[in-house]
Amino acid sequence: MNPTGLSPAAGVAPVIPHLAIDPFSYEFFDDPYPAHQEMREAGPVIHLDAWNVYGVARYAEVYAVLNDPQTFCSSRGVGLSDFAKEKPWRPPSLILEADPPAHTRTRAVLSKVLSPAVMKRLRDGFMVAAEAKIDELVGRGSFDAIPDLAEAYPLSVFPDALGLKPEGREHLIPYASLVFNAFGPPNELRQQAIERSAPHQAYVTEQCQRDNLTPGGFGSCIHAFSDSGEITPAEAPLLVRSLLSAGLDTTVYGIGAAVYCLARFPDQWARLRADPSLARNAFEEAVRFESPVQTFFRTTTRDVELGGVTIPEGEKVLMFLGSANRDPRRWEQPDSYDITRKVSGHVGFGSGIHMCVGQLVARLEGEAVLTALARKVGSVTMSGEPKRRYNNTLRGLESLPVTFTPA
Amino acid sequence: MTTITFIHPDNRSESVEAEDGASVMLAALTHGIDGIVAECGGNAVCATCHVYVDDAWTGKLDPVSDDEDALLDGTAAERRPNSRLSCQIKVQPALAGLVVRIPDRQS
Repeated sequence: MNPTGLSPAAGVAPVIPHLAIDPFSYEFFDDPYPAHQEMREAGPVIHLDAWNVYGVARYAEVYAVLNDPQTFCSSRGVGLSDFAKEKPWRPPSLILEADPPAHTRTRAVLSKVLSPAVMKRLRDGFMVAAEAKIDELVGRGSFDAIPDLAEAYPLSVFPDALGLKPEGREHLIPYASLVFNAFGPPNELRQQAIERSAPHQAYVTEQCQRDNLTPGGFGSCIHAFSDSGEITPAEAPLLVRSLLSAGLDTTVYGIGAAVYCLARFPDQWARLRADPSLARNAFEEAVRFESPVQTFFRTTTRDVELGGVTIPEGEKVLMFLGSANRDPRRWEQPDSYDITRKVSGHVGFGSGIHMCVGQLVARLEGEAVLTALARKVGSVTMSGEPKRRYNNTLRGLESLPVTFTPA
Repeated sequence: MTTITFIHPDNRSESVEAEDGASVMLAALTHGIDGIVAECGGNAVCATCHVYVDDAWTGKLDPVSDDEDALLDGTAAERRPNSRLSCQIKVQPALAGLVVRIPDRQS
């Protein structure tokens, strides 16, 4: 109701609400949900004065931005930094920070390297490794589910699948953490990550070279596409780098999210125990519920109308994926973790042409871990306070003390 | 709008009115048809919107592209000569009455 009883003046454009929320502050990371709600309720498009950017926090607008790559481009950077105005901290990604048609060609190569047929070949090995890991952890009883499971499992399968040599793998998680912090604004997290980046960058640059990759792995397969001309020899190492940046830390956060969910919601754990075939959906629902990748930016290529308001050309738009995944306009009971939910359409892996190209690897890893858990573990309980890990883009835990009892 | 019929593995059938220009996959998701998972949202990378197209219709569809062909080799349920990815079938009036069968699993 309009308390004055008067109609709004005709011809006055709707105003974009300005909010003081800083979505890259420690306070926000500790509990983003009230702020997500405030942003969703404020309007379809908001302006965040802390960093002078536009934002979208409702599902419909996040989906619309993700699915209009011509208007909301990625080539000017998917972090706050505008590559048209600032030099990127590293050479831009040929897939993540690229628009069609350049993106189309590199995306096609990575899609083939990470295809369902390839996953079929990897499946048994990933399952066996998950069972071995869970057997070991059930034997220990109490442990920290972040380093000992969420990190240990992907580290036991992914670097080998990629074809990395054994030395130097300790750089992988710090490198990915740097990449995701660097999408954020020039705050303490980003500055510190970049200041400490030199050894991680040197390692990654070296590992992306053809001679350093084991035959048969993802990395070697990418280089093979330069022989047939789909990509150039100079492009191949940068595409390998994309897998190193995006393929490990994200699955660590995803698996951590799933274990955290199952430890908090015993009714859902009981459902998974009763029907281990729900493992894949239980992982998917954890990706929706916790949204390990919380945000990405786009840059407008023209004046664009969105949600009834106009965003000018050349503006950064921050998409709140985690908020969209809990928007009550799209989801019933969005704040409940329900492993039988029809979760198709969530934006935890993005949507549209830039939707996570490694999603099948992530799902395979998640399914393998949750299947082994469902078969071998009787109960999952938290045995201490979880501790948050802060990152400008990723949401997850530093520590999650748990106890597993045998099935 | 074009009518599409989905037949489930238990022979239950559901008909939906699908918007022309959309994919059969999107029509299934929009109407909540079980058994079309579509993990990748139509990017043609996941092969979880696999369907068997009724023989009366196979000749009316666009040919399988190389990418779709490769993906069909990775489907969870058996690949058959009439296997297609529903994200690659565009709804159009010429397909009015299209019948597709949903396989017993997608992943």
